[in-house]
Amino acid sequence: MENRIIDQQLDLLRDKILLLGGATETAVRKAMQALVDRDSDLAREVLDEDKIIDQMELEIDRLTVEILALQQPAAHDLRFVISVAKITPILERIADHAGSIAEAALVLNNEPQLKDYIEFPIMAETAAEMLHSALDAFTSEDSQLSREIIKRDAQIDAAYKRVFNELLEMMINDPSSTTGAAHHIFVAKHLERIGDYVKDICELNVYLREAAFIKHGG
Amino acid sequence: MKPKISINNLDFFYGSDQALFDITLDIPENEIVAFIGPSGCGKSTFLRTLNRMNDTIPIASLRGEVLLDGENIYAPGTDVVALRRRVGMVFQKSNPFPKSIFDNVAYGIKINGIHSGKSDLADRVEKALHDAALWDEVKDRLNTSAFGLSGGQQQRLCIARALAVQPEVILMDEPASALDPIATQKIEELVVQLKQYYTIVIVTHNMQQAARVSDRTAFFMLGKLVEYNPTQRMFTNPDEKLTEDYITGRFG
Amino acid sequence: MASTLSKDQRKRRIVNSVMTGLTAASAVSVTGILLVILGYITYQGLSSISIEFLTDTPKPVGEGGGIGNAILGSAMMTGLAALIGLPVGILAGVYLAEFGDGWYGKTVRFIADTLIGTPSIIIGIFIYTVVVMPMGRQSGLAGGLALAVIMIPIVARTTEEMIRLVPNAMREGALALGAPQWRVSWNIVLPAAASGIATGAMLAIARITGETAPLLFTALNSRFYNFYYDQPMASLTVQIYNYATGPFEVEHAMAWAATLLLVGLILIINIAVRIVTRKRF
Repeated sequence: MENRIIDQQLDLLRDKILLLGGATETAVRKAMQALVDRDSDLAREVLDEDKIIDQMELEIDRLTVEILALQQPAAHDLRFVISVAKITPILERIADHAGSIAEAALVLNNEPQLKDYIEFPIMAETAAEMLHSALDAFTSEDSQLSREIIKRDAQIDAAYKRVFNELLEMMINDPSSTTGAAHHIFVAKHLERIGDYVKDICELNVYLREAAFIKHGG
Repeated sequence: MKPKISINNLDFFYGSDQALFDITLDIPENEIVAFIGPSGCGKSTFLRTLNRMNDTIPIASLRGEVLLDGENIYAPGTDVVALRRRVGMVFQKSNPFPKSIFDNVAYGIKINGIHSGKSDLADRVEKALHDAALWDEVKDRLNTSAFGLSGGQQQRLCIARALAVQPEVILMDEPASALDPIATQKIEELVVQLKQYYTIVIVTHNMQQAARVSDRTAFFMLGKLVEYNPTQRMFTNPDEKLTEDYITGRFG
Repeated sequence: MASTLSKDQRKRRIVNSVMTGLTAASAVSVTGILLVILGYITYQGLSSISIEFLTDTPKPVGEGGGIGNAILGSAMMTGLAALIGLPVGILAGVYLAEFGDGWYGKTVRFIADTLIGTPSIIIGIFIYTVVVMPMGRQSGLAGGLALAVIMIPIVARTTEEMIRLVPNAMREGALALGAPQWRVSWNIVLPAAASGIATGAMLAIARITGETAPLLFTALNSRFYNFYYDQPMASLTVQIYNYATGPFEVEHAMAWAATLLLVGLILIINIAVRIVTRKRF
């Protein structure tokens, strides 16, 4: 009994959130690439595209309200709409963080390059990777994968600590690198936040699949 | 865009009892308008004024006008029979004739002289049954009694019967209220599809059905039109407190 | 074990059994009486039935004879009555059902109900006055007319009831398709009521087949085959009356046989009604 009126609406909603997810993932990757490759044009692209992401969020908001008000979704359908409603602002905030990273890139590209990035690219790649996997897990409602991704957030948190210490040392040993290093710390912080948000998305994936709230150890 | 049906200042009486008070609203073409409201609020009475079915009630009378494509259907000398061909009706309890499935659908075609020969008649019956999403289920038993169908199928048969005369407007008086949830869903899907070709007015006591199916909703109470708005707005943020109370189930 | 039933329950069970028994016994006695009557008639009359009996005319006592002319006469008069009574009655019934809520309809209905309750001999006297006297003699025509007058109100009222039973929803369905009122009555309501109307018609025919009193004045009787309506005509019922009240044993036997025939005929009509009106749609 597919293709009821509500099924069409839910499919539309699914399309929209997957588009939003894709756009967010692109923003994160591009922002990091802009930083590592010192590509200011790419950074500006990220900032422009953020407006589109904001629009998408509004559309999804409107659609979720409409579906809830008019179609009375139940059971899985209801959990799906609620999950989308909760994931959407998370994605938008991830995109905002990507935007902040792009802004940092614009500043840093005018500064001399720091000696080397050691943990940085790994951290960035991990974050982007995790986001990608989380979106996959959402699509396929894979709660096992989601749980694994949640564990990997610990890696990012650990990497952040290491990067922080690394950069701190750099600032102490070479005062001229302070501006650059400070911005890098912020970028690392943004990546760490992105990791936390991805964890939130995975918790919602589990809710969607199992109707269980695993947030806060529940 | 000119509305398909325009009702202006309609008052309706059963003898000396007034049942409808100063109703004014427009029904746009190719849209689904739902009438909701508590029992006895006048929505069915109002629906029946749109194809003059209330003429069968001797003590009924009305004031005001009902315009179909700009022409008042209550003007003296109006051909009621022709009106009812343009504005068809499906009733709450399905009422097939004691004839075969084929003859039920063919009846309207025959008496209105629409067809041009036996094979044309058969084509029209088939098309109507397709449009009512019933063809696949009955194509092998067109000559069996209509009463052999299930409740939901009978109702779709009545819809096919109405579609066969090629109306412009279809009035539905709680078409799914006597049906189980699956049959109801089929009817709802059908109605949404039909809107491409017809203007549809549907009376329902089931608010959620109105929400699912209609483009605009009119809320009636005690014979008065309380609110008439796009369905989206009606169910997320209605203008009137009365509407909100009804929709949230606080009364009625 | 019996103590698991409370005093109340036991009392209820007893009352239940008694009542069931009483009603069953009543049903049995009714059917029993009917079967006894039928059985007795068959027993008395079967031996006299023969081809000669069915085709010959009455002859002087001792020479045999039959009731062939009576059978034909009954058929002719019933046929005439049906020819007049059915159309008039059915159309009257349609009028009463579809349009009969005003003063005129109410009056007609009242008169019809009164007529149904009128002893049929009065109808016979009426036809005697109105048809037989001007004609100067009894006739099959008068007999048929008397039967028709008896038939019409019965058919009209049963037709009306059957048409009223057609659900209004069906009428509305047809109206909503753009059918004018006459069409609705003609090809929706009438066909839907058809089997009920047919039942009423057949039962009316069965009823007049058994009438005797009106025929006494109007058709009289005859010892001959009569193929025209303008002469006195024999009928089964009058013939039975004559034979049964005659002095001769032979005649009594013929009466029994004729009775058996009549009862058989009515039985067949009733069975035919059941078959014809089995629900097809």
